[in-house]
Amino acid sequence: MEAGMDLEVLKFVGAGLMTFGMLGAAVGIGLIFGKAAEGIARNPSAEAKIFKVAIFGAVLAELMGLFAFVGMMLLFFVL
Amino acid sequence: MATEKHSPLDQFKIQSYLDLEVAGYDLSFTNSSLFMLLSVALVTLFMTVGMSKRSMIPGRWQSMAEISYEFIASMLKENVGNEGRKFFPFLFTIFMFILFSNILGLIPFSFTATSHIAVTFALALVVFIMMVAVGFIKHGLGFLKFFAPSGIPAWLYPLLIPTEIISFLARPVSLSIRLAAAMTAGHILLKVCAGFIIMLGSAGIFGAIAGVAIPLPILVALIGLELFVAFLQAYIFAILTSFYLHDAIHMH
Repeated sequence: MEAGMDLEVLKFVGAGLMTFGMLGAAVGIGLIFGKAAEGIARNPSAEAKIFKVAIFGAVLAELMGLFAFVGMMLLFFVL
Repeated sequence: MATEKHSPLDQFKIQSYLDLEVAGYDLSFTNSSLFMLLSVALVTLFMTVGMSKRSMIPGRWQSMAEISYEFIASMLKENVGNEGRKFFPFLFTIFMFILFSNILGLIPFSFTATSHIAVTFALALVVFIMMVAVGFIKHGLGFLKFFAPSGIPAWLYPLLIPTEIISFLARPVSLSIRLAAAMTAGHILLKVCAGFIIMLGSAGIFGAIAGVAIPLPILVALIGLELFVAFLQAYIFAILTSFYLHDAIHMH
């Protein structure tokens, strides 16, 4: 097998591994909305405020997952 | 059977409609600029026609325009306070532009201007430069104290100041990557799901039935999700901008 071929294969392996980055974002978003549901159950009158904070946190957690996606794109199209 | 391959990334290709080069810079009129112009035109139409009647009891269109105004105005009031009022036109323009660009991109065969990091980074840079300018105009050189919050033991400063500076400089990067990556990822997801239906459909009668039964409802649900994400990303961009404005005006 040629060396160039090997690198091409490794690129796909790396891109596949990059999808594990979504694991962190998934855990984060699950935690955020789980806790938000808990908070709303305890104090339903604060729902609007809790939901706003939860959305904000979810977006920050989502960004980490998106970084994995950006890394994958870089692997495919730049490197 | 369709044998030619369509990459899910084809939709992000920039095509030039009118080649133009000024002083060595490529200023071609592309599909990206067309859709940006289109979203600006639509926002203008939406607001001017919506508010042209100014009836006491708003109709459907007018109340849409009023709701979008109220939305940003209350966001600014909550997060920045009364000093934020003069930044309302800026924030409202950015919010509406991103919202309309995102939603225009959901129309089949259209182009999502906000899926390109060049566009979103330019937007984020405008926000960033304005934030720095407002901070320095309001506080003078005292704005530099932003990086060295008080009430912290002195030996922490060498550690804290670089961290603060890096996190400050990372703001436009995270702002732009979030928007561009979210739009790109969403559109690729839609395209892959749609391509799956076509592939199943070309695999005989059972494939067609399976294609209609499983991926098609998923695709419809995903488009609903993408509509939500399109709004959410514009909202996030606007609310982060208002947080940054709060930082620049009130210093923490």
